[in-house]
Amino acid sequence: MPRRDDIESILVIGSGPIVIGQACEFDYSGTQACRVLREEGFRVILANSNPATIMTDPQFADATYIEPIEPEYLEKVIEAERPDALLATLGGQTALNAAVALHESGVLAKYGVELIGASFEAIQAGEDRERFKEIVASLDVPGAFPEVARSAICHSIDEVVAAAGELGYPVVVRPSFTMGGVGSGFAHDEAELRRIADTGLQASPVTEVLIEESVLGWKEYELEVMRDKADNVVIVCSIENFDPMGVHTGDSITVAPAMTLTDVEYQRMRDVGIAVIRAVGVDTGGCNIQFAVNPENGRMIVIEMNPRVSRSSALASKATGFPIAKIAAKVAVGYTLDEIPNDITRETPASFEPTLDYVVVKAPRFAFEKFPTADSTLTTHMKSVGEAMAIGRNFTEALGKALRSLEEPAAPLRFNGPLERDADEVLRSMARPHDGRLHDIVDAIRLGVPAGDIHAATGIDGWFVDQLELVCEVAKAVEDAPELTADTLRLAKRHGLSDAQIAQLRHIPEAVVRGVRWALGVRPVYKTVDTCAAEFAAKTPYHYSCYDEESEVEPRDKPAVIILGSGPNRIGQGIEFDYSCVHAAMELREAGYETVMVNCNPETVSTDYDTSDRLYFEPLTLEDVLEVVHAEQQAGPLAGVIVQLGGQTPLKLAQALKDAGVPVVGTSPEAIDLAEDRGEFGKVLAEAGLRAPEYGLAESAADALRVAHEIGYPVLVRPSYVLGGRGMEIVYDDDSLVAYIDRATTITPSSPVLVDRFLDEAIEIDVDALYDGRELYLGGVMEHIEEAGIHSGDSACSLPPITLGQEVVDRIRYATGKIAEGVGVRGLINIQFALAGDTLYVLEANPRASRTVPFVSKATSTQLAKAAALISMGATIAELRQAGKLRRDCDGTAPLRTAPIAVKEAVMPFNRFRTADGSWVDTLLGPEMKSTGEVMGLDETFGTAFAKSQAASYGAVPTHGSIFVSVANRDKRHAIFPVKVLADMGFKILATEGTAQVLRRQDVEVEVIRKASQGPWPTGEKTVVEAILGGDVDLIFNTPQGQSAGGSPRRDGWQIRSAAILADVPCVTTVQGLSACVQGIEALRKGTTRVRSLQSWNAAVEEELRRR
Amino acid sequence: MAITDQVPALLVLEDGRSFRGVSFGARGEAFGEAVFSTGMSGYQETLTDPSYHRQVVVATAPHIGNTGWNDEDNESKRVWVAGYVVRDLSRMPSNWRSKRSLDDELRAQGVVGVAEVDTRALTRHLRERGAMRCGVSTETLDPAALLERVLQQPPMAGSNLVADVTAPAEEVVAPSGPKRLVVAALDLGVKDNSPASMAARGMEVHVLPASSGIEDIRRLRPDGVFFSNGPGDPATADDEVALLRAVLDEGLPFFGICFGNQLFGRALGFGTYKLKFGHRGINQPVMDLGTRRVEITAQNHGFAVDAPLEGDVATPWGRARVSHVCLNDQVVEGLELVGGDGRLLGFSVQYHPEASAGPHDSAHLFDRFADMMEGARPARAGREGQASESPALARGGEA
Repeated sequence: MPRRDDIESILVIGSGPIVIGQACEFDYSGTQACRVLREEGFRVILANSNPATIMTDPQFADATYIEPIEPEYLEKVIEAERPDALLATLGGQTALNAAVALHESGVLAKYGVELIGASFEAIQAGEDRERFKEIVASLDVPGAFPEVARSAICHSIDEVVAAAGELGYPVVVRPSFTMGGVGSGFAHDEAELRRIADTGLQASPVTEVLIEESVLGWKEYELEVMRDKADNVVIVCSIENFDPMGVHTGDSITVAPAMTLTDVEYQRMRDVGIAVIRAVGVDTGGCNIQFAVNPENGRMIVIEMNPRVSRSSALASKATGFPIAKIAAKVAVGYTLDEIPNDITRETPASFEPTLDYVVVKAPRFAFEKFPTADSTLTTHMKSVGEAMAIGRNFTEALGKALRSLEEPAAPLRFNGPLERDADEVLRSMARPHDGRLHDIVDAIRLGVPAGDIHAATGIDGWFVDQLELVCEVAKAVEDAPELTADTLRLAKRHGLSDAQIAQLRHIPEAVVRGVRWALGVRPVYKTVDTCAAEFAAKTPYHYSCYDEESEVEPRDKPAVIILGSGPNRIGQGIEFDYSCVHAAMELREAGYETVMVNCNPETVSTDYDTSDRLYFEPLTLEDVLEVVHAEQQAGPLAGVIVQLGGQTPLKLAQALKDAGVPVVGTSPEAIDLAEDRGEFGKVLAEAGLRAPEYGLAESAADALRVAHEIGYPVLVRPSYVLGGRGMEIVYDDDSLVAYIDRATTITPSSPVLVDRFLDEAIEIDVDALYDGRELYLGGVMEHIEEAGIHSGDSACSLPPITLGQEVVDRIRYATGKIAEGVGVRGLINIQFALAGDTLYVLEANPRASRTVPFVSKATSTQLAKAAALISMGATIAELRQAGKLRRDCDGTAPLRTAPIAVKEAVMPFNRFRTADGSWVDTLLGPEMKSTGEVMGLDETFGTAFAKSQAASYGAVPTHGSIFVSVANRDKRHAIFPVKVLADMGFKILATEGTAQVLRRQDVEVEVIRKASQGPWPTGEKTVVEAILGGDVDLIFNTPQGQSAGGSPRRDGWQIRSAAILADVPCVTTVQGLSACVQGIEALRKGTTRVRSLQSWNAAVEEELRRR
Repeated sequence: MAITDQVPALLVLEDGRSFRGVSFGARGEAFGEAVFSTGMSGYQETLTDPSYHRQVVVATAPHIGNTGWNDEDNESKRVWVAGYVVRDLSRMPSNWRSKRSLDDELRAQGVVGVAEVDTRALTRHLRERGAMRCGVSTETLDPAALLERVLQQPPMAGSNLVADVTAPAEEVVAPSGPKRLVVAALDLGVKDNSPASMAARGMEVHVLPASSGIEDIRRLRPDGVFFSNGPGDPATADDEVALLRAVLDEGLPFFGICFGNQLFGRALGFGTYKLKFGHRGINQPVMDLGTRRVEITAQNHGFAVDAPLEGDVATPWGRARVSHVCLNDQVVEGLELVGGDGRLLGFSVQYHPEASAGPHDSAHLFDRFADMMEGARPARAGREGQASESPALARGGEA
């Protein structure tokens, strides 16, 4: 059946900002979908609030709306564009929920929009646990007895407790209609159950939770299933979780294909999976079905299904070469699977099941170091912020590569060195699922603990435990070998040991291992991911390394550019860097280069085999990158390696690559080092007459105190060499300085601590610019809404800068040019300035693509990363202006009447983390970055743009209701005016006693509310926490009282902010944020908010630029 | 065995390419046709499939042996492959049904295995050059010496292997539940799940030695006749083709699988040919040309039927046509024979509806067989009532 011709235009909804549980996998799927639909001749309308996505690049849709994914905004998009159909199965749970809301409110019916991909009924059947359970139980599958875990649906705590009584503890709590397992958990007793279920009921938009028999410790599997409208069904991939049931699959190490199923068991799972997708009625597209298998008797249970593409589908696509989202989009518009060619073989159809001749391992990346008080126990509630995938010819090789891909020094297995714990202690530790469990197992093996005991303690399948024993034996063989022979090295390599691990085992430098290995000719070969285990020839060079005999890298004539990607998402380095890498690949391919991508993040667009000419799915370590470079140098001419677009990951390899003779293009490694070196960088500033905040380097605690006294409090302290502000803190006095040094650093002369003067009440400014050696192009100037001191990644900002005059912008341009010249930039540079009084301070400069490049590119309709890639390869800014790739006569700061005001807002993961005692971690912002993603609000006025950014980041500002105000003493003066404005608009103002007094003096009517620490009044007046939880507060304004000493914030403020997370009430923690809120509220109250596509904005700007 | 202390093994192909690996299973030397199988699960079923007789099977899935060896999943009474080549052999089985390791089972059955081979390189070689003779050895580690012995082996084309694999005597598989139908099943190397699948649908299955004649079939008064899968070159199976024609002459509903499909093709007047490297895996898309539905099928065939994909061909029994085609390469995957009244007289598929290993998408073909037999009953009853009017022995064109 060919493409449907009864629809012409399709609205695609994206997944919004990156949050835990929903990351750039939906940019990958959405980008594929948009591309396919446009190729098929449909008019594509896209709605997504996330500017860092490739899918929101204007060329991927006919009309791109960077607007909040909220029903009211989507309705406006539908009203403006009148699409025939809505495809919501490629934008994660966010898009699916939005589609359900649009259906239920009658919007889809009103405008005659058909839901394609999955019908409303199918979505409900897949998502509604009770109906799903009925469906599974009613399936007729010969030879299988489809069942789900026994369970009960509950709407109140009483029902929950009664249900658990019948099922027996432990039980699982799963709220309905939440993503990534928000609010779910295991309860071992009633107290625990009450706590978890209470959260779960609140997290569920329909106040509903499922209480379920525990399958804790069972083996966990997933199937990725595709179905077309002719009812053809294929299983794209099976995935087995290394960690048994109980750990969210996003937090588990997962393996593809399934490793420990017989064909009989696998086919039973397949039969049930196919029956499920048919019965649920996902008629056109993909879905993901999870199973649990009892290892004792093979009893199989269907856990859940997602009637949409998911994180696992992205993983499965990368793991198999079968592009699920692309095919899902095609079947959604009418094609049957047999009509769609397999991209990789080009000759065979997509109606087949990929078969793998390699093993894929995905490992989660955690960020517990960012939330030191958070409990690191892994549960059904996802906590990882990213993932790395690796491909090897066996499990051990893939595991070793996956762990070193995580870019976490502690991640790779350690086979020697002292063991500080005894066997009992190690076994106890591994019984609790946590991010260090693999190390526990390796330690246990080294201590001689039998595999059976490890399996008993963890539930991890014996086969996996044996594989770890195998790696340990290999490591022992390496350690004990009289010398490093080719055979020993090959053995080590075939089981995934890195040069660094071998070096550690042999007590020699890594470079020596590499030298010996190369001298002995032990080098990897590159195989191809081809969907068919080599049965047919692959046309797509999607490679992975292994230590087999035959390499499949084809020779080429065109000069190649290797682009190093950014690795797993983590806080501080996310999708924004992938965006820049993808742009470079697209641009350089167009410029005639053969583009070669190296990356290990399966969620990304960069690891789509369509993005570059060649893809190497490899860890981004020096060893792995050098081998790729070697292979490509053997294949043909190499024009250069780009390291400055993928963030810190490739950047930190720059010098070593250059030392190894690799042609690093763009900004030189020496220049990168110079920018990182305080002293050298200080000279650059001094020569240009620029100022930096005073600072000092402390090699001991006493030293730090001395420096602090010299420059004066408050000071910003941090270890040297960090990204994302890790370990950074602002301290206001001696006590907190000493406490910080004790807690957060290992201060020594070789790892000193930086002490900077902190500029109180300064405006922070972010700049992205291009420099070609002669000319500067100022891409954009962003003014932070929060004051300096909040990490730039967590701060909202506005472009154009909302309060800065042209004179300041000119000073910034001058300073940026001087710094770019002094450092020696060839490409992008990001600089942070602070304007204190009238003095411009330079806070830091990063000669690389920054997190804000996509935001600036979209706000100014200028592709900075593409320009940077061309500059790296020798183009000049003058040429790029001439070619129309940069603005011809001005730059990104040109004051244009037609340009939008763009506001970027960060999205925080606080609702994911709890402390060990079950309470929420604090939500305070500071110099350490904590956000996972960002959104963009675009409008003609700042107020509306800001309001949109808040709505898009799940903190929509209220237009009426009650506002609770509690501010630190130093903020009280500044808070009066905005609070008064709100009161004048009719908001009821609630405040604690101290704040209330100040406000009353300003003639603001205030209702006093009790602090949590005061407890409820006997006559029943609520405390503020109770009021928030009770839904009596619509906006919270709370600035931190005093400073965190020893990392634990003051209790009252923290309880307020915790309640805000729980009740999902927007919580503003800075005065500047409140002022922006007030403007947003004013704009919204006018009720004239409109939506406008990026293409429409850009056309207006183009027109104005032409007329200038 | 320590990981650094393994017994070397060698694989040599008839074109001289060799691969080194390490021994598992039995030590010794073995020869056969090198073929690759792309299934990711079901090595136990594969190894015990008689169709792999005289073949050295290369598993493309890298980890083999993970679920050990159990007592339920064999497809015949023994392991049939001549040799087994894998990348990574599991050191320990992990499955609740496992009774012993693959390594132990192959050693007990005297089957030579080679592990740690670059199976992907080997597979690519076979894909490009075609399936070919090979030898695996732990005794002859000199490639030239082993090559010499490889070249002395008979090629697969022209080999008649049915006698090696067929049952020595009739065996009856009782129906589960009430007996609906009686089937005469010619064992050309049958996999156990074929009669089991029929028995599950109420058929009493008489598994007959391949040397059986039409009298042996008549004696059973069957409702239908089944020809199984099996090894070897269908062009050599003249006796079985003659028997199949006699079956059609009798008006007995016919169902064939794999080798049975090839013989059906020959009986209908089509030729057969050897594929370059065959179809061996459990992910092969086949389209039913009647319904346009796609099924994911288990396949294991090195030969195929040469028949026109479109249009009917007249035969002495009715119109024959291609019913199924492999979407990867348009190879004939099924045939059907339809009488003048449009009634289905016989059908066959090149792939394996009995799966084991593989997907169950095509299990409904056993239902189709049952329906065909039940639908044929009144007609046959009528004909048998007309006393001794035996059908003419008209024959179609020679294969």
